[in-house]
Amino acid sequence: MLKTFPTGGVHPPENKLTAGIPIEYLPVPEKVVIPMSQHIGAPANPLVAKGDNVKTGQLIAEGKGFVSANIHSPVSGKVSKIDTAADSSGLKQPAVFIDVEGDEWVEGIDRGKELVRDIKLSSEEIVKKCFESGIVGMGGATFPSHIKLNIPSGKKCDVLIINGVECEPYLTSDHRLMLEKGEEILVGVSILMKALKVEKAMIGIENNKPDAISHLTTLAASFAGISVHPLKVKYPQGAEKQLVKALVKREVPSGRLPIDVGTVVHNAGTAFAVYEAVQKNKPLIERVVTVSGKSLQKPGNYMVRIGTPLSWLLEAAGGIPADTGKIINGGPMMGKAVSNTDAPVVKGMSGIILIPASEAFREVISPCIRCAKCVSVCPLHLEPYLLMTLTEKGMFERAEAEKITDCMECGSCSYTCPAGRPLLDYIRLGKSTVIRLARQKVLK
Amino acid sequence: MTNMLKVSPSPHIHGKESTRKLMLNVVIALIPALIVSVFYYGIGAIIVTAVSVLSCLLFEFLIQKYILRKPISITDGSALVTGILLAFNLPSNIPVHIIVIGSFVAIVIAKMTFGGLGNNPFNPALVGRVFMLISFPVHMTTWPVPKGLGTGYLDAVTGATPLAILKGGLARGQSMSEIVGQLPTPAQMFLGNIGGSMGEVAAIALLIGFVWLLYKKVITWHIPVSVIGSIAIFTGILWLVNPEKNADPLFHILAGGVLLGAIYMATDYVTSPMVPKAMLLYGCGIGIITVVIRVYGAYPEGVSFAILIMNAFVPLMNAYIKPKRFGEEVKHG
Repeated sequence: MLKTFPTGGVHPPENKLTAGIPIEYLPVPEKVVIPMSQHIGAPANPLVAKGDNVKTGQLIAEGKGFVSANIHSPVSGKVSKIDTAADSSGLKQPAVFIDVEGDEWVEGIDRGKELVRDIKLSSEEIVKKCFESGIVGMGGATFPSHIKLNIPSGKKCDVLIINGVECEPYLTSDHRLMLEKGEEILVGVSILMKALKVEKAMIGIENNKPDAISHLTTLAASFAGISVHPLKVKYPQGAEKQLVKALVKREVPSGRLPIDVGTVVHNAGTAFAVYEAVQKNKPLIERVVTVSGKSLQKPGNYMVRIGTPLSWLLEAAGGIPADTGKIINGGPMMGKAVSNTDAPVVKGMSGIILIPASEAFREVISPCIRCAKCVSVCPLHLEPYLLMTLTEKGMFERAEAEKITDCMECGSCSYTCPAGRPLLDYIRLGKSTVIRLARQKVLK
Repeated sequence: MTNMLKVSPSPHIHGKESTRKLMLNVVIALIPALIVSVFYYGIGAIIVTAVSVLSCLLFEFLIQKYILRKPISITDGSALVTGILLAFNLPSNIPVHIIVIGSFVAIVIAKMTFGGLGNNPFNPALVGRVFMLISFPVHMTTWPVPKGLGTGYLDAVTGATPLAILKGGLARGQSMSEIVGQLPTPAQMFLGNIGGSMGEVAAIALLIGFVWLLYKKVITWHIPVSVIGSIAIFTGILWLVNPEKNADPLFHILAGGVLLGAIYMATDYVTSPMVPKAMLLYGCGIGIITVVIRVYGAYPEGVSFAILIMNAFVPLMNAYIKPKRFGEEVKHG
């Protein structure tokens, strides 16, 4: 029996169209836009001004406050302006605009391909390096990684969990990275283990990636303390709490973090970014983005510089097909609809999915038949039908008591509902209202 | 680009399940029982089912069109299922006008007055059936004897159901060893070669449908297993205590409407609980009430009443029986 989380979850069609396509390095575009907020937390503070010349890898914005991250120039060229730019959802955010000139890197970055296995930095130096290099969670949550490496006093971590699950349909960027950069990822995992001072790391990979599982299992034999675990294919296994439950059978309590049960979870892509930062002195300036869709001419896994416009990336993938109805930043279950194709690639963008118009529709809403399918698929054991009704009726205190704020918005309920009810839309509304009301109560 | 991009919150894909597909899977699961019924009771089984289905659909249509003035949703399959289940709970020789009255009660009173699909607290087919049982007791308890395909509609030879034979025998003070000769064998009951409501007689056909419903994930095992299990345990205890005054558990499960009720009526989505724990409690309640009515009550059969009584507790169960939330009851170090 393969490991998995015990209750809830769904199995959407996998559609991993790009699983067999190697990572392709795309050239540097002519212009890039670097948003100052590519992570959870306070936006970074720009350190450059209009007209400045920057080099690839140069620090151009500094994380301010506790939860924030540095940002480096992914290209060399001239800062054309500092202004606001619409992100992929259409929200305006402060950004640095750079006109690309050549590709001149700052000194001290090792751009060679050879593997560096010896970890020279101490635990503290690793954490500092991760902060300096602007490393954030690459799975999409973009939580600054150095914070997760600082274990709060009084808490203990005994196992590092590496998330190679990639449970969202279509996405294959972590899959390809594990296949092509397996050793680098394992060195990255060793670095994270050293930073956390743990002896044990478990890599969880869903069983629909047998090549990645066997490849990493073979490589892991020469790395102390790292084991690879195949997992049963089930969405949302890549969610932190579900992955911890699947691998070490510990339940992260409501409102708490994995560290409260002695684990820290990092994404496989983050482990690769950590490797590059610590061993190669290379800040986070590029990432793999899966560009996929059933009608796309040249779907693939593209290594692109941060700040590359989506339109440019989509052009490289053969252009937007005429039948496109929806473009998604991320996977189809949790990703956000793209309203602006001029938006740049950011650190947390794991994929761009193009859905044909024939599939980009919502079900007609019919009455709830109380089939309880939403209850049985909820990985957090909530009752989505009830949370929707409570939100509709404005009964927010009851919704809070029914743990509406535990919802991680995985979408399994809406996906499953035979009556096509927009359960998650209402739960989001209820959840944000409950949080707002709770804040107002504190302020009073 | 000329075409506009759609923007909406996640999830951006939807599963293949729909209300209509679920209902059609229930209909498919009921087909074996219908075939067996036609095989034993002849043309009457077809007439009763057709009249029941058509009148249920018609009443739902009329209410939606002329009273609620809402979009017509009779194609969602729910009235179709109600119609078939109502028919399955009737003798195959019951006159047409009684079926139409029963359908009216099921659809108009038990379902549409509460707001239609999803809002009715009681199983519509059972409300219709119980109304008919109380209003037309003679017609509802005059069962045709299975005589095969050639049986006519209203001229069928009638006889008693196994449960009525049992109840009657015990009431006359006979012991089980005297009654047992009058009862059908378990093999006859398993194949449906007995008197009874047209859809409830063949255990084998109902179990085939059960496997289909489980395979298609239309229902879970919780309710059917807890109903049948609790009946088996309760009647098993009575039988062990006094085998001369009580029938054995296998008889109780195969006789009457236990399987039809446990698999198809008690599992009705709208009127059953939402959480597995509550489903088990609900199923056990149905099982226990059924046995109490059969053994101590005035009626020989009690499945319909038991399900309706437990339907009444469902809102209470939904309000107070909650799933164990993820991350609850974890001791912090």
